[in-house]
Amino acid sequence: MITVSAASRTFKGKSGRVEALKDINLTVGDGEFMAVIGRSGCGKSTLLRMIAGLIKPTGGEVSIAGARVLAPRRDVAMVFQRPALLPWRSVQDNVLLPVEIFRWRRSQHYERAQQLLEMTGLAGFRKRLPHELSGGMQQRVSLCRALIQNPKVMLMDEPFSALDALTREELAVELQRIHMELGTTIVFVTHSIQEAVLLADRVAVLSARPGRLRQIVKIDIPRPRSFGHNAHLEQVADASAELHQLLLTEEHLPNTPPATRV
Amino acid sequence: MTDIQNGSRLSLVWTNAVLPVLGGVVAIGLWWLLTIALHIDPFYVPSPPDVVESFLRTPTYLLSETWITLQRVLIGFGIAAVCGLLIAVVLAASRTVERMAMPLLAAVNAVPKVALAPLLLVWMGFGNSPKIVMVVLVSFFPIVVSTMAGLTSTPADLRELARSLSASWWQTFVKVRLSWALPQVFVGLKVATPLAIIGAVIGEVVNPDHGLGSVIVGSGASSDTPLAFAALVLLAVTGVVLFYFVAVIERVLVPWARAIAS
Repeated sequence: MITVSAASRTFKGKSGRVEALKDINLTVGDGEFMAVIGRSGCGKSTLLRMIAGLIKPTGGEVSIAGARVLAPRRDVAMVFQRPALLPWRSVQDNVLLPVEIFRWRRSQHYERAQQLLEMTGLAGFRKRLPHELSGGMQQRVSLCRALIQNPKVMLMDEPFSALDALTREELAVELQRIHMELGTTIVFVTHSIQEAVLLADRVAVLSARPGRLRQIVKIDIPRPRSFGHNAHLEQVADASAELHQLLLTEEHLPNTPPATRV
Repeated sequence: MTDIQNGSRLSLVWTNAVLPVLGGVVAIGLWWLLTIALHIDPFYVPSPPDVVESFLRTPTYLLSETWITLQRVLIGFGIAAVCGLLIAVVLAASRTVERMAMPLLAAVNAVPKVALAPLLLVWMGFGNSPKIVMVVLVSFFPIVVSTMAGLTSTPADLRELARSLSASWWQTFVKVRLSWALPQVFVGLKVATPLAIIGAVIGEVVNPDHGLGSVIVGSGASSDTPLAFAALVLLAVTGVVLFYFVAVIERVLVPWARAIAS
């Protein structure tokens, strides 16, 4: 579904050029859940924005469903770290925002909006304004807003990182259920190993400055997965340990002498 | 439960109605006390009863003069609000126009408007128009500045949301930026209301015909200080009423603003 080939991105900052991403090669299959994990500043959000068509790669290219990405696509939905809801619109109207912007018929998608709100437990809150909702509920609304686009691909940028630990786990389990139900291809940026192991089919581990693809870890644990006690504790522990290892020990890349790394 | 509700309603009445009235009563009491204690001649500072008596001598006359001033204020303020909003929209839409026009606007705003009053008299003669133009000149700048501040302060996550949905410039402007700017627009309008009254009085003092400004000029000629004070009190009351009128409209139109600010 998604092919990233030899993609690089450099930014021109005040202190000269910064290489955010270097030579990323990545393929995400149809209906696959791919987590992208790395330390802060490793360029994982940049990678996601490149896939979304919000920023252009300075080298290489990104394509979705065989077509090169040059601008944001309607069948690709984004969920941001913050809910990014319009504070003057009710929950329901926030969910219907993409419908309005795409100039789709509101009446045709109204039903779907109600379904999504019901699915995420927000049916009783559709007339409320965002500020009346808790952080977790706001992020659910933004998830519904992404799903109303009927996306082939969902790009999620640390969507649960601003929430408290319990709400995070709750939403992660819910996202897994939605993914299993709808079969949407998802790229999920996170810095939480726990989230990655719970949700992902494969985890792409990025190394920092410049961000490179260090390794792809396959998580072979049957779904539905859950936090806490389950039949696959050992596999979960193994996968987590492997990711820990990859994230905590910086690899000595062949063409990057240790002295210059930050 | 009902006790708590009654309690909170009572405390609401207390903070929103009783306290402001109490403040006014205390201030008038102090004024009265000072005029008695220091034996101030009513020719210099009349006591509250002198002012009331002066008002009661010709209440219909004073009220009709107030109405004339108020009309000029409302017409001028309306024009200033519409022009201010339009100018701000144009300036916020185009960086080129903004760079070209902003210094000019700032320069115009820095000119003391009183100095323009004789010119307005030359250009427009007597009657309503020079006063209304004065109101517009004095009150439109804060509306422009704060509307522009609102239009250019759209949060990054909302801008990115609009971009990820491929919203057109116009859609982003109408559905996101304009509503986001509304609280700021009201800040500008609230700053501009007292200025509008000041503008009308400047116009009337420089070129007296009708209105409270002319009443004050006339009272000076006949050494009737209590009458001048009565006119001042009427101006102050007009100002308070207008200010809270704008505040009420704000509450109705942007109920979410307070929640966002906290």
